[in-house]
Amino acid sequence: MTISADHTAIGQDAPEQPAGNHVSEGAAAEAVRKFGITVEDYMLPARHQIQMVDPDGTLNPHTEQGAQPGHEYALPADAELLDAYEQLVVGRRVNDQNSALVRQGRMAVYPSSHGQEACQVAAALCLADGDWIFPTYRDSVAVMARGVDPVQTMTLFRGDWHSGYDPTKHKVGIQCTPLTTQLLHAVGVAHAAKLRGEDTVVLAMCGDGATSEGDFHEALNFAAVFHLPVVFFVQNNQYAISVPLAHQSVAPSLAHKAVGYGMAGERVDGNDVVALLAVLGRAVKLAREGSGPLLVEAHTYRMQAHTNADDATRYRQDSEVAQWVARDPLKRMQTYLTDRGLLDDDGAARIAEKAEAVATQLREGLGEDVPVDPQDLFRYVFSTPTPQLKEQAAMLADEISRDEAAK
Amino acid sequence: MSPTATTSAEVNGNVSAATARAAAKAAASAEATGPQTITMAKALNTAMADAMHADSSVLVFGEDVGMLGGVFRITDGLTKTFGESRCFDTPLAESGIVGMAVGMAMNGMRPVIEMQFDAFAYPAFEQIVSHVAKMHNRTKGTVKLPIVIRVPYAGGIGGVEHHCDSSESYYAHTAGLKVFTPATVADGYRMLREAIDSDDPVMFMEPKKLYWSKDLVDLEALRAEHAVNTERGTSSEGRAVVARPGTDATLIAYGPSVPTALAAAAAAAEEGRSLEVIDVRSIVPFDDETVCASVRKTGRAVVIAEAHGFASVSSEIVARVQERCFHYLAAPIRRVTGFDVPYPAPKLEHYYLPGVDRILDAVDDLQWED
Repeated sequence: MTISADHTAIGQDAPEQPAGNHVSEGAAAEAVRKFGITVEDYMLPARHQIQMVDPDGTLNPHTEQGAQPGHEYALPADAELLDAYEQLVVGRRVNDQNSALVRQGRMAVYPSSHGQEACQVAAALCLADGDWIFPTYRDSVAVMARGVDPVQTMTLFRGDWHSGYDPTKHKVGIQCTPLTTQLLHAVGVAHAAKLRGEDTVVLAMCGDGATSEGDFHEALNFAAVFHLPVVFFVQNNQYAISVPLAHQSVAPSLAHKAVGYGMAGERVDGNDVVALLAVLGRAVKLAREGSGPLLVEAHTYRMQAHTNADDATRYRQDSEVAQWVARDPLKRMQTYLTDRGLLDDDGAARIAEKAEAVATQLREGLGEDVPVDPQDLFRYVFSTPTPQLKEQAAMLADEISRDEAAK
Repeated sequence: MSPTATTSAEVNGNVSAATARAAAKAAASAEATGPQTITMAKALNTAMADAMHADSSVLVFGEDVGMLGGVFRITDGLTKTFGESRCFDTPLAESGIVGMAVGMAMNGMRPVIEMQFDAFAYPAFEQIVSHVAKMHNRTKGTVKLPIVIRVPYAGGIGGVEHHCDSSESYYAHTAGLKVFTPATVADGYRMLREAIDSDDPVMFMEPKKLYWSKDLVDLEALRAEHAVNTERGTSSEGRAVVARPGTDATLIAYGPSVPTALAAAAAAAEEGRSLEVIDVRSIVPFDDETVCASVRKTGRAVVIAEAHGFASVSSEIVARVQERCFHYLAAPIRRVTGFDVPYPAPKLEHYYLPGVDRILDAVDDLQWED
């Protein structure tokens, strides 16, 4: 594979093709041929969100999964579903343990993904080993599910440094607080991989409110223009802190935004891990095969406040929250797997034990009084400290040694 | 002849190895004629081409940098030589350009990106301040971002609004960014090579009024110097230079103000006053040693910059010199800077820009009667 193929294609097409016409020759063409549908039907999300297992834990008949031609999804393998269920249980335990640690003053803050665990787990599991993921501050469960040590993951919120893991080692971007800025980093990682002829796929995460940001637009457009293997994954949890989605966008859905960039979009029930694995799995596969970027919007709900500093009762009704309790991603999966005979009491107990072990690890790791080194302030600003930073480091060292001498 | 000219094309696929070698050979033979009069634009262009030959991970992208060669033609010919995978146009979005460069750098590339004009870089401010500058620190050095952000900056070209800002202070104020600004043709080559070599991000501020300034430069000698510095780990990075020696007072300038300071020193010499001119070159890191050595010698100093004086690089320089050289000073340090007004329309810019007369007035004010 040469690194120039698609740039050359863009360069050659540009003078000959009037704007708006290159879709037929470009990113979607192959996918369209593959599915035997029109470009518009490929790019537009299916009429209804994709749901495979309903909130009661029953597998929907194929015709009721929200699918239409070109949007049919295969049921993931049983082993994959069991693995996902285990991660769901661990993820829920992590969320609740971390929230408890904040209440105990062990952590500064924790933006919980309680209620969104299906999205977290599917985002991590849909990728291959060499793939990258770019998470936000609310995606700690996804980060851990990608194999990052739980305590290292929580360093950002423990307060001793801004990040506790090596992004390049794990191929997990640093958890990002400025909204959607990380989507462009995802685009860059994918671009570099493509130029080297690697088949890396990058999954880039953001929330519903974040789709209002300029970098959301720039990232989707860059990914589409450069025809990059990026799956943009929007967790629409209905609120950006206190502001409901209706104040962010009046688009038919967030997935519909894809068509404006010339990429395919899909909506999925964000509390149905089966549908998520199917939809994200296919998106990753298409991206790896050269379809260009895709956008997946998951419809979910942030069951708890934005963080411990937020009071969700000021902007939403208990009745609304109650509706979403009934759509809980764990309960539905537990019912589905139990009914299918894939999960029994022993299996459930083994998984609960695993989750408890992670919770213990978090309690112990975050309970630890981690020593901080004040010289770290200067150590990592540049690869080699400037003369000015050396002076300031010496000043602080002197200040500290005088303080200690005076004790 | 660039010592590593054959390596780049063999690693990546766009230009065949033979084509690239031929191009390199042609370029080298065309230039291997000793000292030549070239522009700063040519020096910058050659620096990028040489870096791209030397290292296949060096990529150039931005707005109009491809087939057009940039609105100032600084990237002229790079797409032709290296292919559209190594030098290419992006959609028109500065945050996108910088944000994509961050991801590319995280994944092994060394992007050299162009912001078309100083004031058009502002949409990228969040990416620069929150990510480019901080990533190394946030990750305790595990992620390095060897990105060069080239910014054509400052005025003196009769540009319309938003085309003449001196934006260096915003970047210099941000911890984690190096800020370089060349004032000579040779430094255009030398400093851009060093910026591309840097494992830390560099804001490379190019004085656009000096793009077409000319000088007699031996590119082969500069290449050899770069090779030696690379081998020995010695470089001019972070060093100020004495652009003109003198004994009576020091003019401290950078980028577009260096030629103005030199003109002022020449005029002062005719009046019998010997002014030393310091070219700061690197705003971050700042060379306190060279600057202070000069001021301690002369006992008087004027700082010259096009940017607004308030809360600026020029204020920082005055503060630093005062803290370090107070007992050597015969007079308060003066500044000649742009006024604290938005950059003026073309017909008014000569009132705004620090000129020879205003510099000489400031020098006259340095309490010579004592």
